[in-house]
Amino acid sequence: MMNRVDHAEASSKFIEAKDHADFHDKRLWDLRRKRDSESEALPEWETLRALASQIKEHTLTHLGDYLEEFERNATANGMVVHWARDAAEHNEIVHRILEAHGATILVKSKSMLTDECEMRPFLENRGVEIVETDLGERIQQLDDEPPSHIVVPAVHKLRGDVAEVFGRTLGTDPDNSDVPYLAESQRRHTRPTYLRAHAAMTGANFAIAETGTFVVCTNEGNADLGANLPPLHIASIGIEKLLPRIEHLGVFVRMLSRSALGSPITQITSHFRAPRPGTEMHVVLVDNGRSERLGMEDFWYSLKCIRCGACMNTCPVYRRSGGLSYGATYSGPIGVIIDPTFNLRKYSALPFASTLNGSCTSVCPVKIDIHEQIYKWREVIAQRHQLPMVKKEAMRVAGKVLASPKLYRAAVEAAAAGLEHLPRFLVYNPFNAWGRQREVPAAPAQTFRQWYVANRGGER
Amino acid sequence: MTSRELILARVRRNQPAWRDLPTIPSFERSLADPWAAFGSALARMGGSVAVPPDGTALDAFVRFLHAGAKVICSAVPEVVGTRRIADVRHPAELDDVDVGVVRGAFGVAETGSVWLSEREFGVNALGFLAQHLVVLLDPRSIVADLHAAYRDPRFREARYAVLMTGPSATADIEGVLIRGAQGIRSFTVVPAAPA
Repeated sequence: MMNRVDHAEASSKFIEAKDHADFHDKRLWDLRRKRDSESEALPEWETLRALASQIKEHTLTHLGDYLEEFERNATANGMVVHWARDAAEHNEIVHRILEAHGATILVKSKSMLTDECEMRPFLENRGVEIVETDLGERIQQLDDEPPSHIVVPAVHKLRGDVAEVFGRTLGTDPDNSDVPYLAESQRRHTRPTYLRAHAAMTGANFAIAETGTFVVCTNEGNADLGANLPPLHIASIGIEKLLPRIEHLGVFVRMLSRSALGSPITQITSHFRAPRPGTEMHVVLVDNGRSERLGMEDFWYSLKCIRCGACMNTCPVYRRSGGLSYGATYSGPIGVIIDPTFNLRKYSALPFASTLNGSCTSVCPVKIDIHEQIYKWREVIAQRHQLPMVKKEAMRVAGKVLASPKLYRAAVEAAAAGLEHLPRFLVYNPFNAWGRQREVPAAPAQTFRQWYVANRGGER
Repeated sequence: MTSRELILARVRRNQPAWRDLPTIPSFERSLADPWAAFGSALARMGGSVAVPPDGTALDAFVRFLHAGAKVICSAVPEVVGTRRIADVRHPAELDDVDVGVVRGAFGVAETGSVWLSEREFGVNALGFLAQHLVVLLDPRSIVADLHAAYRDPRFREARYAVLMTGPSATADIEGVLIRGAQGIRSFTVVPAAPA
């Protein structure tokens, strides 16, 4: 049905804009370093990761009961709970709620789930004006692009790009790329919208079964301006967001923003348990493939994800290719293991957008074995004959060489000698993706085997 | 079959084998000075602590902190301001507020957060539509970390509870940090035992 996303081709376009590519890499690495200093400052960090992983695994193995408990308590608190089996039903439910209230202006805070459901065009086609209120998400909406990162949606843009977008859409000075000016312009443009909006929409980072509470972690104040002004609040929540008890938030809230942005907590961490008197609060619990993923023996662990983006910030491939090159709602390492569950053929190239270095796994606050899952997806894709031609041929040759110790030794020695003597244009030519943007390290004088034979004595 | 039944049936059919729920140990360290720890954590998040000089009334101190303010909307008895939150009928009326004044229920030393709910705000939008927020906080109300915060029973009673940690902020353009994104531009905590 849909064409395969060609990640390598899309990334090469991203890399062409050198200023952008360099800044992108630097900015995300900076987030990774901030995350490191926060995590290193907490002696219990590794304990928290283990706890978070265990709590999530427990919840997912009892998810049916916790979903019912959440529904029972949220309903008792005065919320209305809806269930959506897929994206289409989610969008229809939201539309129905808005229609019943005559609501045509919706202020929306960031939610990956509504992007996953492609809700915006659906509602816009039915006469609903939607204003994305998160700054990054708003920039992307005005530029008619999807978010490129799950936490910082416009991270691939430079200030000049934002000035251009705002100049074109908000009437600001397109030549003024001063960041405080741009942020202030969005503030002034958006705040009156909260006052005239008929409804507000948020996602949720966590939903607590025990109390029927959902939790929204943000920094800009936009989610809470929305939730506390119009008389209708709709929250879209993936069924995997459940946690059993309030006390579990201690573990997850401590780690979420530290992992995402390297700050100890988000500026605003909001807990919605019941509607304000005289207003309505609706929750849409969305499946859209999650219950099926829960039954995938190797891949259900990806449902532990709390969408912090740490795996993206640390990933050398993501940092150098940009989120849009993945052609999917979820990009980076977590996207690579989630996207194929939505459409294996369309996203069959994504699990190859990884060096399998495992950095994603070591920063993941809920201990998802991301790089191992990437490897397992490659196996699935190879078995289902979804492997692209070039990779198939390379694997066939690699298979022969690796199967024979003699061939392997010859290949390694030849490669080392070759690297030293090859003219630069052969190593750094446009066909060698690994030579781009970096110097290949000098090959050691001896191969490991030559060293072993010399130092540990003789053939066995 | 309704979607609810379908989803629950699929979830139950696919749920992997039982995994136990761990017990969360206490990570609490005893803090020599919880109030000082709270203040430095808050400063990192862009908030500040302001201590009124001896003998200064809180109402005067709020005016001193925000000298140019025209509309000061107070949700606390200690500060009169220019508008009482009890007189506000609709949250949109708070659009012109320069300074909101509330009392935090408790603070968290680990993060510099203050716990607030509909009870403290009077009208929740006060914490977001106001340009600036001044928060009275009892220095004896500081808990050590977020684990302790989440043990507070008020989380189970409040319709809306928020841990506010400094002003609204964004770094969505080139990572440049802007304090005062869409909500409050400043967040000042004033130590004050309840009257």
